[in-house]
Amino acid sequence: MMFKPVLLWSDALFFLLLAAALGGVAWAARVEHLRVAWRRVGQSRTGMAAATLLLAFVAVGLLDSLHYRERLPGEKEAYAVEVRSALDALLSGLRTRTEKTYSAPLATHSFAKETLDAEGGGRDFPRLKYGGAHLGDDLAGQGADLLVRTVQGLGIGMVAWLALWLASAPLRRAAPGLAWNAALVTLLALCLVAGPVAALAQGYHVLGTDKVGQDVLYLTLKSIRTGLLIGTLTTLIMLPAAVFLGLLAGYAGGWLDDVIQYVYTTLNSIPGVLLIAAAVLMMQVMIDTHPDWFATSAERADARLLALCAILGITSWTGLCRLLRGETLKLRELEYVQAARALGVSDLRILSRHILPNVMHIVMIAIVMDFSGLVLAEAVLSYVGIGVDPNTISFGTMINTARMELAREPMVWWSLAAAFVFMFALVLAANLFADVVRDAFDPRAAR
Amino acid sequence: MLAYLIRRLFYALPILIGVNVITFALFFVVNTPDDMARMQLGVKHVTPEAIVKWKAERGYDRPLFWNDAAPGAGRLTQTIFFTKSVKMFALDFGRADDGRDIAREIGLRMGPSLAVAVPVFALGLFAAISFALLLVYFRATYLDFAGVVLCVAMMSISGLFYIIGGQWLVSKVWHLVPISGYAEGLTAAKFIILPVIVSVLAGIGSSARWYRTIFLEETTRDYVRTARAKGLSERLVLFRHVLRNALIPILTGAVVVIPTLFMGSLLIEAFFGIPGLGSYTIDAINAQDFAVVRAMVFIGSALYIVGLLLTDISYTLVDPRIRLQ
Repeated sequence: MMFKPVLLWSDALFFLLLAAALGGVAWAARVEHLRVAWRRVGQSRTGMAAATLLLAFVAVGLLDSLHYRERLPGEKEAYAVEVRSALDALLSGLRTRTEKTYSAPLATHSFAKETLDAEGGGRDFPRLKYGGAHLGDDLAGQGADLLVRTVQGLGIGMVAWLALWLASAPLRRAAPGLAWNAALVTLLALCLVAGPVAALAQGYHVLGTDKVGQDVLYLTLKSIRTGLLIGTLTTLIMLPAAVFLGLLAGYAGGWLDDVIQYVYTTLNSIPGVLLIAAAVLMMQVMIDTHPDWFATSAERADARLLALCAILGITSWTGLCRLLRGETLKLRELEYVQAARALGVSDLRILSRHILPNVMHIVMIAIVMDFSGLVLAEAVLSYVGIGVDPNTISFGTMINTARMELAREPMVWWSLAAAFVFMFALVLAANLFADVVRDAFDPRAAR
Repeated sequence: MLAYLIRRLFYALPILIGVNVITFALFFVVNTPDDMARMQLGVKHVTPEAIVKWKAERGYDRPLFWNDAAPGAGRLTQTIFFTKSVKMFALDFGRADDGRDIAREIGLRMGPSLAVAVPVFALGLFAAISFALLLVYFRATYLDFAGVVLCVAMMSISGLFYIIGGQWLVSKVWHLVPISGYAEGLTAAKFIILPVIVSVLAGIGSSARWYRTIFLEETTRDYVRTARAKGLSERLVLFRHVLRNALIPILTGAVVVIPTLFMGSLLIEAFFGIPGLGSYTIDAINAQDFAVVRAMVFIGSALYIVGLLLTDISYTLVDPRIRLQ
């Protein structure tokens, strides 16, 4: 074997989540009212465009979740310590071509002056090791080279889009009437951006390099997985507890209701950031005092990411729990539930067959509505120092390191700008999608 | 009314006790004081003596719940639970790691926090309501659509970027106000104005959109149709009838945050160097000063509970149909 696959806990949960999502789609296709609601999402142009963008992000995140350890050269079967992902392998050029320090997007020379030892001496901007290296000494040709690569990239993007267009034809035939045009236009825009970026990235640092010379484009692509994980796993972790307790409180009433209400009111009254801060501090103590728990640093970072999701989940399940309790209280008194009870159907069966399916839309709306808030929260928490492991690449850590660079003269703006654009695209798509889903599933909305 | 208030206060007590127990469990049961000492003193090279000294300095060297060594009532009071958690109800928070009294420090830092948080609250509410009203006035036009798109776009930008962008543009490029800092008295204005504007901008997207839906829901009511039927102009309907009724959910919804204004904002205060409670908390988190974080959790929860109480009272004040009993 050339490599050894590694399944981090977060990968497993991410795959589980995707499987659950696929299962959910299959289930929704069989249930009439859910199918109608999802169809309404598909008919919305905003919904399809946002979904396409989100799927592109998920694809990157998925590639970045296929982890492995490379086999070291030699007779003995030994594997490298670093855990890489399929995305790392795809972008190995970007990952390995590190410069000494900052360089601007598409630059050929370093951002900072250095004393050169070549004859003539003096201080000048040194030539980058990789950025535009293929140009040799012919720097006048850079403009033409950029143009050629951009045009090539546009061509590649166009071809890729055509291929996707053809490939998606059966899908479009299978579900006519959906807003496929919006999805295709979004896809075209994505291809036309990604093509030139990919073409240029072969010879340049498209988004520049950071303080230690890492390619910013690589960092932003790696950040996507962290953002997605925080946005989805948090909800996944809190979901069972929120649904179970919410239904129980609403259905059982009495002292159980009082206890559950007391628990979530108490948790809710602790300011979120402070509870997270306290919990993360304690988690840090735990991880630091037990270094033997984790085999690799990737595993430690992964554990910390998962713990952060769990902590965020604990602080955010209360809202959903309260909503579900209220809805269950209402459903419990409806005739069909009363009838089921009169016929002697067991409580468990009433809950699972008659109540749970009728609160699923609330759960669905909560999942999509929470996502964007969680992605934003990750950046803030990482900035405050209670977010992901400092070695985990995330939007928060990127912003955190880029922040100090604004004070430099001239300014180092590219890492911040890159984080801004990617984060904005992800959160905006999530917000738009959430709006469409809410409108489609909200029974109060006019039909 | 008074009886209701007293009963509500008694209802708040178990919640506060719950918060206290949760924080206690989080800080002393999940990790032992020994773990915390080892972490703070550096994991590798710690002598047992250093740990004992660290614990003694902070009063963590007692048993958790029951002290057999102490005489009489001391068995209960000479414990970590009593000295660290129960005493919080008497607003005795002990000392921070730098030796200062936490309660005194909180008193000193409340002022700067309020100086930023109160204008942010008032201006933010005013700006969001005005913007939402504008969108509702032009509802179902391109202006409304563009406004909603703007709101969603503004919601999708991380608060960090508002702060960084504001500091860069206003302080660095235009040189209008200092980048960060704080001063007492009237000179504080020049330090406060940028954080206030930035926070209002950062919050306006989501709240204006939320208020817009409240206004729109209100415009479908019967009394609005009546007002239109008797020939009132659209502007009069909107400002005299819809605005007043829609303000009920908006204002009562906003009441809950009023007490928590004391806590200040973590991010804003950290970025703009305002010596309030927010930056105090951040510093404590970074220095891993557990005593301060614990105190802030307790105060924050207490203030939130006060906010819930105020919300209930405000309902009766604005809507005479609701009676508290």
